[in-house]
Order: sequence, then C-alpha cells, then structure tokens
Amino acid sequence: MDTSTFDDKWKPHLELLLAKGCSSGADFVEIFLEKTDHISILAEQNIITNVSPSFGIGAGIRVFKGFRDGFVSTNNLTESGLNDALEQALAMLGLNVSALDRSKFQGLNSLRDFGNAKRNWLSDCPKTKEATQKLLSGTSSLEVLGKHLQVRRGSYSRSWQDVIVAGSDGTFAHDIRLHQSTGLNVLAADGEHRTSIGRRYGSSDTPDDLINWDEKNSAQEVCDSASSMLYADYVDAGQMPVVLANRFGGVIFHEACGHLLETTQIERGTTPFSEMIGKQIAHPSVTAIDEGITPGAFGSISMDDEGMESKKTVLIEKGILKCFLSDRAGELRTGHIRTGSGRRQSYAFAAASRMRNTYIDAGTNKPEDLILSIEDGLYCKSMGGGSVGPTGQFNFSVEEGYIIKNGKLTKPVKGATLIGEAKEVMPRISMCADDLDLAAGFCGSISGSVNVTVGQPHIKVDSITVGGR
Amino acid sequence: MNNQSTNQNNFLDEVVLRDRLHLYTKKLNINKWDLGASSSIDSSVQVDKGEAKQMKSAQRNSITIRVWNESGLIGITSTSDLTDNGLFKAIEGAKDASNLGNPNDIPDFSPLSKDPLPELKRPIINPLGIKTLYSVLKEAEADLIGKHNSIKSVPYNGIAEGISERIYINSNGALRQMRSTHASLYLYARAEESGRKPRSSGAVRLAYGAKDIDVESCIEEASDKTISHLNYQPIDTGRYLICFSPDAFLDLLGSFSSMFNARSVLDGISLSQKDSINTLISVPCLNLDDNGLHKSNIGASAFDGEGTPTKNLSLIKEGKLVNFLHSESTAKQFGVKPTGHAGLGAKVSVGPDWFVVSRSDKYRLSKSNFNHKDMKDKYVYIENLTALHAGVKASQGSFSLPFDGHLINQGDKTSIEAATVAGDIKDLLMNIVSIEEEGIITPGGVSPHIWVDNLSITGEA
Repeated sequence: MDTSTFDDKWKPHLELLLAKGCSSGADFVEIFLEKTDHISILAEQNIITNVSPSFGIGAGIRVFKGFRDGFVSTNNLTESGLNDALEQALAMLGLNVSALDRSKFQGLNSLRDFGNAKRNWLSDCPKTKEATQKLLSGTSSLEVLGKHLQVRRGSYSRSWQDVIVAGSDGTFAHDIRLHQSTGLNVLAADGEHRTSIGRRYGSSDTPDDLINWDEKNSAQEVCDSASSMLYADYVDAGQMPVVLANRFGGVIFHEACGHLLETTQIERGTTPFSEMIGKQIAHPSVTAIDEGITPGAFGSISMDDEGMESKKTVLIEKGILKCFLSDRAGELRTGHIRTGSGRRQSYAFAAASRMRNTYIDAGTNKPEDLILSIEDGLYCKSMGGGSVGPTGQFNFSVEEGYIIKNGKLTKPVKGATLIGEAKEVMPRISMCADDLDLAAGFCGSISGSVNVTVGQPHIKVDSITVGGR
Repeated sequence: MNNQSTNQNNFLDEVVLRDRLHLYTKKLNINKWDLGASSSIDSSVQVDKGEAKQMKSAQRNSITIRVWNESGLIGITSTSDLTDNGLFKAIEGAKDASNLGNPNDIPDFSPLSKDPLPELKRPIINPLGIKTLYSVLKEAEADLIGKHNSIKSVPYNGIAEGISERIYINSNGALRQMRSTHASLYLYARAEESGRKPRSSGAVRLAYGAKDIDVESCIEEASDKTISHLNYQPIDTGRYLICFSPDAFLDLLGSFSSMFNARSVLDGISLSQKDSINTLISVPCLNLDDNGLHKSNIGASAFDGEGTPTKNLSLIKEGKLVNFLHSESTAKQFGVKPTGHAGLGAKVSVGPDWFVVSRSDKYRLSKSNFNHKDMKDKYVYIENLTALHAGVKASQGSFSLPFDGHLINQGDKTSIEAATVAGDIKDLLMNIVSIEEEGIITPGGVSPHIWVDNLSITGEA
C-alpha cells in the first residue's frame, strides 16, 4: 500500500476491506487512516534546548453490530496488516468472513476531498530555523520586559495530519489538518515570593501563523501578569460572586457544562441534562454554541473524524437546552442526530462526541458593568486548568485573580480554586458582556487529546465556592 | 512495511533493528547514535449494563532515534513508521534537528549502559483473550451493582491486558531488551438516593496477567468507598487535622517530584537547589525511596531510556534530602553517576519510578500514636486528591486541590460533599505529626497513612 499520499488510489483497497466486513454480517464498518508529521521546539532563556520532530502512520478499524462495537488500531498499513486488524475487530463481535459477498456493500461514494487545497500547507509552514528564531525573539522580549524572571520559556508545536475515512455507508472523505500552538512561560522569583505565569496561543489551518505571531505583545502580557502576581497574597476562601474574564474564562463552561452535553455522557448516565431538551438549564442570559467553522480557530475542522462536514450547533439558547453533541455511536445509542462532532486524537482512538469551538455567546453588558455590580467578590482574569468529575462536580484554578471591592478591582490574589456543579452554577450566570473572545486549548477525554477553542465574554456568576487558605 | 524489523508476533527484532540502524546511519555519515524502541499489543473491554460497550485491541511499534553530528551536537526524531522509508526519514530528521542542537548541554551515552542489569523475576502471563475479559468485567459490573440498592450503574469501568517490549541500543555496542505483561481492572460506581446528589467512587487493581487480577477485592473496595459517600454533608471552611490515605499522599508527593529532580533543579523550576543535598526538608522520621524494582511495581523496568540499570535510590533519609534523580547529562553536571531515571531525548527528561514512603523509628513525632483505625479526635480523612494537574503549582510549592474524603468525629464518619484542601508542600512536610507504621501497597507506590495538622479546607457550608 502506498502511504505517501491518501487519495483515490486507496479506494479499491478500502472497498475490499469494507466488503469483507459487511459480508461477515457487520452493520457498519469504518476505516480511518492517518499520517502525521509533528515538530515541537523549546527555547529556554536565550537558547534552543529541544527540537523534536516525529512522524507516524496508523489505521483504526471500527465495526458495529447492534449497539456494540469493536475497535482495532495498528501501525501496520500493509494489506495483510489491515486485513488482520479487520478480522480482529470482527471477531470481537463474534463475526468472521466466510465468503465475500459483494452485494452486501454498495461501494464508496466519490471522494469528498476537504484536503485538496491544503496539500502545500506543510511546506508552507515556517522552516525549523525560522521557528527557532521567532521563539528566541519571544524569550528575549521577556528578558527586556520582565523583572525577577528566573525562568523564561518559549514553546512551539506544529501538528500536521493527513486522514482518510471510509465507511460502509459509502462515506469516503479526505482531509489535511494543520494546528500550530505557541506559548510563553515565566517563573518569577524574589526571595520567598514566586509565581509562574503562562500564555498559549493556537490556530488551525494557517501555515504562516507563527510568522505573524506578535511575540512582543505576548511577552508584555505575560510580564504584566507576573509582575502583578509575584507579591500577591493568598485568597480568603468562601462563597462569593465572581466575574470571569473573556477568552480562557470559557474553560469553565467547557468543563462544567460542555462535557455534560456530549452523548457519551448520556450513554454513561453521567449527565444531569439527558432529559432536559427544551427545558431551562441556565440563566436566560446564556446562549451557548459549539461549532467547527470559525476560520483559523484552534477547534475548527473541515470534517470530523467520521467524515462528516463540520457545522454550527446551538447547545443552549437563552437558557434552554437545544441540542447534544453527537457522533455516530452517540446517534446509534441515544438517538441524538450527528452534529459533525466525532473526534479522536489519532488512529489509536475510536471517535467520540467531542467539543470543537465552544463558547457562551456575547451579551449586551459592558465588562465594567459586571464589576460595578459586585460589592465583595473575585475577578478571575486568567484561569489555569480544571476538570469535571463523574457526578458533574468541577474545579478550576485561577492563575490571576483580583479582589473586587465596592465595584472596583483592588489587590491581586493567588491560590484560588473555583468549585461547584454545573447544574447549580449555570442558572447563576446572570450577566454576559459584549466582548466575546476565544482561546486555544487541548481537551483530554475518552478519545484522547483534541484541539479545542474555549471562549466567552466577561460573565458574572452570582455565587460560587472559592477555595483558598 | 518492512517486516524484517518485526518477528512473527509483531514484536521488534532487536538484532535486525540494530543492523538496519548501522546501515542507514552509515549512508548518512552518522557515526554515533542510539535508539529506544517499544512495541505492544493490548486488548481492553468496557461494559454498560451487561453489554460489551466497546472492545478494543491495539498493536503499536515506535522508535526514537538520537544522532550526534560531526560537531558533536545531538538531534532526535520519533516515528511509528518502521518501513525502510520511514526509518530512513526519521534518521534524516534527527540529523537535521542536530544542526539546532544545544551546544551547552550535550547528552552522551550513559556510562552504565553496558553494566549488568538487575534481575527482574516477573512472570510473563498468557492473555485470556477479549471474550474472557468481557465475561469477567460483565460479572464484576453485575456484582458491584448488586452490592447496594443505591448503586445504579458503573459508568467508568474497564479491563485490559497487554504485552509490551522495550529496547535500547547504541552504536557503542549496548543492547538492552525486556518484555513484560500487564493487566488492569477499574470499577467506578455511581450511587444515588432519592432527593440526594449522586455520589461516585471506585477502585483499581493491577496484575501481570488478567487471570491474576483480584476482582473480588476491587468490587469490595469500589462498593465500600461508594457507599461510604452516600451520607454526605458540606464541611465548614477552616483548619483541620488531616489524615492522608497512602494514595493521596503518594499523589501529592508525585506532583512535587521536581523537588527530587536534577533536571528541574538545573532548569530553575525546582523547589530544591543544587546545594540542597543534606538539608532537612521534612520531619526527621520521614524516609522516601524511589524503588522501581519494588516487587509490587507491576510496570517495573530493568533499565531507563538511556539504558542505565534501574535501582533503589534513597531520596529523603531521616528528613534530609540525600539524592536527586539523574540522567546521564544531569549526573555529569552534578559529578555523580546516572541513577536510572532518564527518558531519551535531545533534552533528556528525568522522572521517578515508584515511591516508597516509610517511617524512621530513630525519631518520634509528637503524635506518633495516631492511627486512623481507632482515632477518637475530630479529623478529616483525605481518601484521594483530584485535579492535581490544575491545582498544584510545583515550582511555587503551593497546592489547592479538590478531594474525596470524610469528616470523622468520635468514630462517626460523614462524607464531605465538595471541598478543597490547600497548603504548601514544604510546610506540609515539616508539619507531619504522625506517620503510621504500616506501609500500604497502592498501584502507584507504598506509603503509610500520614497525619498533618492545621491544613486549610474550603467547604460549601
């Protein structure tokens, strides 16, 4: 098999495999082929300390029979390797190929090639030397702009993925994906005072993204944060109103609510919203969207990993639950129609319903109105990571926070963690500002780590538990 | 696919691999190289109310190649494409990357990469096969649901078995190879009572083969833990006497392992300094070893990414920091020998294998009689910590972490609804008030229960 390109040449091989799968009595068979070319670069202080290229090939074969499915992944893309993988997947479901019956499979559709115009993207990306120079410009900007910086780091990763999807329903689609992300991190220290601050930026489908990155502006943002937080006190714990800044503040919606709107959570019985379509689950000021179509956004995809074209999905409209995110298995097992949300990290994972660019839509307030409405509370300017538990409890660390006193931002505070439950917090989002913005991130879940965008305008939560000291 | 590099079982053939590397590197005028390779075959099942939800199998090969160029600079590439073209492309990629190698930190072969390896007497267990895995898990799910009326489902569950192989080869004649088998079972149940919030907990078991997994005890533990959280209440925010379970204490220590990591020290992101050796960093009765060879470490490996033999290394002895974890490169800079904790890279990562926490009986703590089994005073028992990736600031020493646990008063046990524990690791290690005698073996290491006073807890009360 020629793995140098994924195109129409693969059609007869894939059709034969699919025909074998269907002949065995499978309800549906899907083959996902992947080729990757990644590079990551690390600059520390004023030197490049790591350049790590990596290449990969692989295939994931999934077979459905009734509500069950078997999935086999392999690095072996020879004819025999793919045959073995198919036979293993069939055997998991008690199926085997006794005789090839071509009438069981009607053949693949014409190739839907989302990647045709993208074939030069890899060569259009900056050369490694260019990328290292840009990163070093970032770390030297940190040196110029920052104080007490003990560690300065710049990182870059470029991920190129060439995929083809073939399904026994005729699906035959090809795509090329390009994701780049850049980050600056510092550790500032002065005596016993220490703080670490980082910012990460990401894009999809934009080969010249790194070259156009304004590293000086990013360095300024990181240094301003480090300067504020270096001498910050620990926050006092308690229940209080909070304002979450736009962009990465959206991670709360992503974790606390977005995951609960994936059909995988209905299948597990772990979402409180499974019977809530058409019902109020959030404050009327909240409209939430998941889509894969914003040009250049980190979570944008031309097609999902099941060959379905991406689209815009309104999840919540004025507080009312409208839709779940669904993949092929989700549609089969829960009845919610597919939304182009079947995603996977790589061939090694079966696709599952996952978020793309997910955000709370803009409201009509000005950001300062939200702050002004609070007597005593917390402003979360920058969020760290977080997670959601099996019963819907979530937690997030606040990287950069400020006390709100009488409608004004006062001293910086560190060590805050926001904890709560989606079902209880969603109705408490009482104000949304008009400054929607997005931020790039990675989401880890059942089908591995995928590129996503989180986002929101400034929002006010009337009351939430803030963990501190 | 050039199958010369794999044998009939799809595993890598280390001798053929070495010969191919010699051939290709010669073509590219590369005289010095090393590689790490891995190969695995895994199978797993998840079930949902008796039905096999998904059955999975995976076959993987991957290789990481390092080369040194004419100027002595190092470059690296990884690939899962083991065809002739794929391997050649990877070596070319490593050679290209070497042009941007760091002249200030050039790793070399480990001086111990040809030393004798410790003998690991670990059994190689034949797989049960995916159908048997399904039967075992289906039965376990049913048994767990049957344990209590409130347990409605086991939303997170899985059983897996696999065989894997690791290889290290260098152009100086080192050749390491080891094969191992592993199996795991996890069961996380969800319990719900009318008018109350759902509660969840679970258990994990590891073994060399699926036939050896202690399924019964996994069901018992998952059931006991889940049921113990049904009676829950919010906790008042304040400072409490805390008892960390072995799992929780090991997770916390692991999150701050940069304290023991020479790479992190050199990078300036550790709480320790190069001259911290022999300084007191905890109460004097705490010992901490990193023992990847421990008999209960299912994932034990006889050598690290650079081919250095694995060994038991004392990190904290009677409260004093006595060693750092090293790669070849960091060891050279500290003037010591590598310790067997390296990865393989242009910038080599360093990490712990398997922590063993113990009590030194040479010193006594103020509350050395504390025991979680018969403690009458009020305290908070932290069963496990969550979201460590988000709530730990390793370079600052601070943590603020959600946890599952109980408030225990005069023996009465109430689950804590939702809360976080916050503190500073350096203060915590110095404020340990009791280390229980019995070391408990967990999937991630060995530790007794550890008591710490005056830690801050935020609750929703």
